[in-house]
Amino acid sequence: MYSQKVMEHFTNPRNVGEIPDPDGVGTVGNPVCGDLMKITIRVKDNRIEDIKFLTFGCGAAIATSSMVTELVKGKTLEEAMQVTNRAVAEALDGLPPIKMHCSNLAADALHEAIKDYLSRNDGRKAAGETYEGAPGDREVDERGGGSR
Amino acid sequence: MRRVYLDHAATTPVHPEVVEVMRHYMLQDWGNPSSIHSFGREARAGVDEARAKVAALIGADPEEIVFTGGGTEADNMAIKGTAWELRNKGDHIITSAVEHHAVLHTVEWLEKQGFRATYLPVDEYGMVDPGDVERAITSSTILVSIMAANNEVGTVQPVAEIARICREKGVRFHTDAVQAVGQLPIDVHALGVDLLSLSAHKIYGPKGVGVLYVRRGVRLTPLLHGGAHERKRRAGTEGVPGIVGLGKAAELARLQFDQRVEHYRRVRDLLWERIRERVPEVRLNGHPTERLPNNLNLSVLYVEGESMLLNLDMKGIAASSGSACTSGSLEPSHVLLAMGIPHEVAHGSLRMTVGVSTTEEDTAYVGESLGEIVDRLRAMSPLWNARVR
Ligand SMILES: Cc1ncc(COP(=O)(O)O)c(C=O)c1O
Ligand code: FES
Repeated sequence: MYSQKVMEHFTNPRNVGEIPDPDGVGTVGNPVCGDLMKITIRVKDNRIEDIKFLTFGCGAAIATSSMVTELVKGKTLEEAMQVTNRAVAEALDGLPPIKMHCSNLAADALHEAIKDYLSRNDGRKAAGETYEGAPGDREVDERGGGSR
Repeated sequence: MRRVYLDHAATTPVHPEVVEVMRHYMLQDWGNPSSIHSFGREARAGVDEARAKVAALIGADPEEIVFTGGGTEADNMAIKGTAWELRNKGDHIITSAVEHHAVLHTVEWLEKQGFRATYLPVDEYGMVDPGDVERAITSSTILVSIMAANNEVGTVQPVAEIARICREKGVRFHTDAVQAVGQLPIDVHALGVDLLSLSAHKIYGPKGVGVLYVRRGVRLTPLLHGGAHERKRRAGTEGVPGIVGLGKAAELARLQFDQRVEHYRRVRDLLWERIRERVPEVRLNGHPTERLPNNLNLSVLYVEGESMLLNLDMKGIAASSGSACTSGSLEPSHVLLAMGIPHEVAHGSLRMTVGVSTTEEDTAYVGESLGEIVDRLRAMSPLWNARVR
């Protein structure tokens, strides 16, 4: 049911862990199925110098976490803020429809971590308000399937 | 790679002797049992023999055995057939919150048709209180349906006692024994049930064939109308290969009952021991003693079920989970929730069901493999990291 790319990231996830004394922390829970993700970032010269994740969730949740960290490492905060759930899913060669909501978790945790960093750095707080991610790009729940 | 199948509650492999019999009724005696010529008579003999074998397994008379297209159809026939037959007598059905969807969704559908239903709660082990059944019965109750043993957590229900209450109150009683048959001594008279469902593919028989036991004198409105097959209780040319396969599977289940159950219990207990030795913070779901001998249902705290299943599968191990992430509805198992198990504990649930081919070496392999998987996933889990800090 998962693409090879998803399975590859699930089997060998990149950037697992937690940065000590991070510059920004994003923790989000998934309202759909109750999973949890935590992203920590280290920022230098407006770039994401390092990023790590911890995830309690399904295969798709772990793979999207891994992918989102890989996508934004070394990127500017503005660039990272523009990474959408859909972009993460596409980078993984797609997700099964029922798993699309898992990709929200990864991008949301990343954006939360960046906002946290910005709010800690008062002078740049105003800028944080302009970083609203890509509006209207959240995946809606697509429920389906049967029981065994 | 080593392959270990621990999902016998989902389905079982077909026993070679069963395949042999089925083959014979496809290549040799392939007639239509309703035909009066010799071809038909040969096929009829096979169906009759199978009926006698299934009857012997559950202590019934052969005429009380109705072949169906599986456990789901047997459940539907028992419940809808009773509802339509007795709709002038009453409109109330009692069942439990932990039934298989073949029962639950059937009762829910009947509610949409105007019937009323009571879904009895269960205790923390998944067990129904017979006192609740007694209190729920009213003058308009036409059916009580409580499963003999649960397919997810393996909890064995006090079916004989519930049946006695129903009999005293004059209410018809059905039990879904799909998981119980072959694992618990099932005798329809000792249990005192009116209707009982079973399915071939859970007892090393083929898929798509089952039985509804219908006590003599119990009338049902048929689901299928057509020819006079199965004494007008289930129209349609008999699925002879499946039926004879079920007959053989039932015979083997009866003859090998003691040795199978002893084997299941031994390897299941070993499996639980190996896992507990290797994995800290696991808990058992379901009843410690009143459970199916082949069933182990556990929760690994701080990790999610689907990610464990994917990793187990990569190591050749087949299991299942009640996690929200593995269900089509993204809700955790209704059985675990009804038992009051918190959402996050249900999340880490794993069901492992052993079978005749499970070995002691398998249990050691699974214990070690699960240990490695859980170590890795916990290192990745924010809950575990917050906890060990
Ligand atoms: C308790 C129970 N009832 C009913 C069924 C349905 O049986 P079948 O698969 O033969 O339709 C199953 C099997 O999944 C089951 O475990
Ligand atoms: S995180 Fe629960 S389904 Fe993906």
